[in-house]
Amino acid sequence: MSNTNEASATVPAQATEAPAAAAGAVKVVDPRLLVREQGFKGYWTEFKRKVRSGEIGSLPVVVGLIIIGIVFQLETGNFLTSYNLDQITLYAAGPGIMAVGIVFVLLLGEIDLAVGSVAGLAGAMWAVVGTDIPDSLAIIVGILSGTVIGAFHGIVFAKIGVPAFVVTLAGFLGWAGLQTWVMGDKSTITTPLGSFVRDLTSYYFADVAAAYGLAVFVIVAFYLAQLRDSRRRKAAELPHRPQSEIILRTALLAVLCLLAAYAFNQEQGLPLSLVIFLAILVITDFVLRRTTYGRQIFAVGGGIEAARRAGINVSWIRISVFMISGTLGAVGGLFLASATGGADRSLGGGNQLMMCIAAAVIGGTSLFGGRGKVWSALLGILVIQSIVQGLNQMNLSSNAIQYMITGGVLLIAVIIDSVSRKTQKTAGRA
Amino acid sequence: MVHVSQTPVLALRGVFKRFGAVQVLSGVDLEVHAGEVVALVGDNGAGKSTLVKTIAGVHPIDEGVIEWEGTKVDINRPHDAQNLGVATVYQDLALCDNLDVVANLFLGREIKKGGVLDEVAMEKRAQDLLSTLSIRIPSVRIPVAALSGGQRQVVAIARALVGNPKIVILDEPTAALGVEQTAQVLDLVERLREQNLGVILISHNMADVKAVADKVAVLRLGHNNGIFPVATTSHEEIIAAITGATDNAVTRRKSRSAEASK
Repeated sequence: MSNTNEASATVPAQATEAPAAAAGAVKVVDPRLLVREQGFKGYWTEFKRKVRSGEIGSLPVVVGLIIIGIVFQLETGNFLTSYNLDQITLYAAGPGIMAVGIVFVLLLGEIDLAVGSVAGLAGAMWAVVGTDIPDSLAIIVGILSGTVIGAFHGIVFAKIGVPAFVVTLAGFLGWAGLQTWVMGDKSTITTPLGSFVRDLTSYYFADVAAAYGLAVFVIVAFYLAQLRDSRRRKAAELPHRPQSEIILRTALLAVLCLLAAYAFNQEQGLPLSLVIFLAILVITDFVLRRTTYGRQIFAVGGGIEAARRAGINVSWIRISVFMISGTLGAVGGLFLASATGGADRSLGGGNQLMMCIAAAVIGGTSLFGGRGKVWSALLGILVIQSIVQGLNQMNLSSNAIQYMITGGVLLIAVIIDSVSRKTQKTAGRA
Repeated sequence: MVHVSQTPVLALRGVFKRFGAVQVLSGVDLEVHAGEVVALVGDNGAGKSTLVKTIAGVHPIDEGVIEWEGTKVDINRPHDAQNLGVATVYQDLALCDNLDVVANLFLGREIKKGGVLDEVAMEKRAQDLLSTLSIRIPSVRIPVAALSGGQRQVVAIARALVGNPKIVILDEPTAALGVEQTAQVLDLVERLREQNLGVILISHNMADVKAVADKVAVLRLGHNNGIFPVATTSHEEIIAAITGATDNAVTRRKSRSAEASK
């Protein structure tokens, strides 16, 4: 989405001359450097250079989404419909939120294999304590159980030094066991009427204005933020984005947002699940890119020794990231419970875990740590849910085919990640 | 470069440090003035790294006095040293490869505005800093991974300067660099001196030491083995002090018999 100023900042073209000028000349640029040309030709050359040096970011997943759309549309004839978009978003929210947590862990270069079991346990906790205490308190209990478990994983990993892979693998089994134990002799507890959890995936802002309003708000906010950033950079005499580029980006976003809003309004309106998912994405994106804490997460993922020398409390960063992962896993668990109509013993089991990890990786977050965006959770889960939805429509909803295809997509994503990393290395970019 | 301040910025007097059974430093003295480059030389195991680490607060000293601008100070943690104004650039640089130059320069000292990272201010400050040091790197917004060895070294040194230190310790800054890059780093060391910083330069390379240092402090087996002004000392004299060619059984016997005959 917002690719920030880092990657594609423009350098004034006239700065290429006189590389040997005296000290103090800020805009002197080494003649060997690639300076981006102004205008739209500049984007194209910049784009080609980036692809060649392996900085492809979210490009494969966007291409993948387009291919998936075209293939299923050709196969079924009615894949690109508002109904399907509605269904995809509905089922994407839960695993998507869990995938955001996975993105945080992957940024450290670690993995959380317990996120599915944590989701299941959170659902079970909420359902079981919900029979005795008010619904809102039960939700808090469910979510906090995820936070506590995450803290536990983090402490065992960061303080004792057990590899995160092993800690969370143990958690994967252990918390699934605890989930069954908490459920006791009940195999299912259906969501009580009037519970907020029921609303998570069934409430719609039916008013047409809601979806359009949110879309317009997002577009305007994006435009103003970009404009403000560009102005500030210009005032500080730094390379800044030209007006034309800001307008182009905003226009692209506007088309996407308004199309989606239109589609949702064709169905039942703006789903609450999407609003919550987007809110979580915006907040976590802000935390990662605009706060010291987020910067520290990237630093730990990029080099532990460097982070430690810079005075970063590496243990705390690790523990807190696992707490975030556990918390978001629990929130995702409540969405899963909502979508399936209640908590049960197998909630969060099966391929749920792999879907979340696959979503994060497919979306472009590196398995090797230090590179990624929370938006990859959104893109990745859209890919996976689109495949699921498309197969359902083709009456190929059996697990066998779904597993094989999702497995194949995950493999391709990891291959792209590894190859792009290698290309970046040979191109001197990693 | 002759004009130096009267009170040294940093002075070590009779510093002792022991690790278990090994007496690493015994009674080491060292003075660094503002605007002075002091080269710290010595063979492997002479105690150079340990001495530097006591100044940087990694290892607290056992005995002796550390004076900062004339007053005694305690340096027990890296934090203490940083607060005083000691910046250390270790040999392994410790940069985060995935972060860009600006992020690396300000890591742990981010400029914030209302709790949010102020990228514009940081980028501006980074450009100013790099240009006053005449450091040329492709862009302040590319990941450090994309830089050459010499560029990484200058970024690491620039990073040390972000906190406005008074003393900069450089541990083997030219060890892994080519001819051109070494020259760039040495230029940078001279610019640090021009900005009136005290520089402690650890190096095995006598050519580098002769090129930029004002004073050479030689350590040998944890003792001071002479402090020489670079301008008037020959290469051989320094080497002799490092290897102990002037300090062996023969010379000691000679000096003993000279005392006895008095």
